[in-house]
Amino acid sequence: MDPETKRLLGLVGGILVIASIIGFILSRRARSEAAKATIANLNARIRSWWVMAAIFSATILLGPTFTTVLFALLSFLAMREFITLTRTDRADHEVLFWAFFIILPLHYLLVGIGWYGMFTIFIPVYAFAFIPFRRVLTGETKNFLANTSRIQWALLICVYAVSHMPMILALPLRDYEGENAKLLFFFVLTVQLSDVLQYVWGKTCGKRPVAPRVSPHKTWEGTVGGIGTTVLISSLLWWATPFSPWQAGLMALLICLAGFFGGLVLSAIKRDLGAKDWGGSIAGHGGFLDRIDSLCFAAPLFFHITGFCFGTGMDPRPPAWILEWLGR
Amino acid sequence: MRSFLAALVRLATGVRLLPATPHGTGPAIYFANHASHMDFVVVWAALPDDVREVTSPAAAEDYWAATRLRRCIACELFRAVLIPRKDVNRGNHPVERLGTALEAGRSVILFPEGTRSVDGGTMEFKSGLYHLARRYPDIPLIPVHLENLSRILPKGSRLPVPLIAQARFLPPMQLLPEEPKPVFLARARAALEGTEHP
Repeated sequence: MDPETKRLLGLVGGILVIASIIGFILSRRARSEAAKATIANLNARIRSWWVMAAIFSATILLGPTFTTVLFALLSFLAMREFITLTRTDRADHEVLFWAFFIILPLHYLLVGIGWYGMFTIFIPVYAFAFIPFRRVLTGETKNFLANTSRIQWALLICVYAVSHMPMILALPLRDYEGENAKLLFFFVLTVQLSDVLQYVWGKTCGKRPVAPRVSPHKTWEGTVGGIGTTVLISSLLWWATPFSPWQAGLMALLICLAGFFGGLVLSAIKRDLGAKDWGGSIAGHGGFLDRIDSLCFAAPLFFHITGFCFGTGMDPRPPAWILEWLGR
Repeated sequence: MRSFLAALVRLATGVRLLPATPHGTGPAIYFANHASHMDFVVVWAALPDDVREVTSPAAAEDYWAATRLRRCIACELFRAVLIPRKDVNRGNHPVERLGTALEAGRSVILFPEGTRSVDGGTMEFKSGLYHLARRYPDIPLIPVHLENLSRILPKGSRLPVPLIAQARFLPPMQLLPEEPKPVFLARARAALEGTEHP
């Protein structure tokens, strides 16, 4: 493990230790029932953070294959929550089977073998066409457009967007060869820090809601304070990235803004479907989608902007063994 | 072995383990809406470990006794009570068979609709639940509302879609003295359906 990775891990560990101590002190001090409930939720969140940070760090250290599998699993669980809450009909059943068991694994297989050209178009071109093709075979026209769109959105958000995170590991960047794991770490850390700091700023001095009907707890104070602090912290982490300090700050700002809107969009969808949380799998947080909602839109944006500004160009051709097999 | 299998079923379907049964201890009749082949396994897996050990699901004899393997799974693994759906006579009557299990101190899981519904809605109840309730008026009847099972494995499909299922255990009910059969069956169905849109 190189010293910079060690420093990043140490930083996350340090933050969690401090958070746990603060959570413990607060739980001793809370008097009113409402305060106790808030602190109990806070501590449940912190405990879940320990688990999530441990799993994420361990897989990053185990290498790209494990990271890809982890994100494939995350996509699966997220899409499961998404489709469970979304209205679908009997005629969508076979399409859904394909989405979960064929399209998702194939897409992550493309991540795994590093066939970038097919990775970028597999879901937007092939799956996009296949879903209505398969659905039209059932002969059912009721809710045709609505349901095919729902499934396409599910794939785009939960699979396509999320898969850009493991793909960061394969992004060729100038003077940064073999160090991409740190960039992925930087990205995830920035989004999650921004979530946490927006929560902390919002809880302590949040007053004016940004979009009360979409997300009642998001306030202007929380958003500006949280994003500002995150940009500051992330720009101080520039040494782990291919960026200079001010570039790291700008990238963090981009990630935070995309994350902020991503969170709002997923919240709007959730409310449209009549739910408060996507699920109940992670104590204190809700479902998996509640935890990764701000990563979804930020990941492809971060991937492409980093690639455009700092990359040496992805190779769209199939891997050599496929070319050989095709006899070319 | 059984609690491991139940944990596996809960992991696959997203059904939560019930901390305690709503009626306390002792035998009970769990009745649920029927939408998929997995229904009895899901209710069975959601029960607390000690309760599950003394609970027998009802399973259709024509399906579950058709091959040796199925019979073994149904009878040895789930300790199911096999229920005939055709050629019912006094000797193999479902109420008799379920009654034998209840008298032995076991709880039973049954599906009063008799067959799986196609659209996921709850159909009219067959009279079996009424006859069982009349014969054992002291045993509580517990409605279990299953959600999303019809989307996971609907009738007519062999392909499962991995959605998150729910098993809601509702407050126990009982047959009232002198309650006519249609009134009771309608009330039981309403109790089961009542939470579809909470």
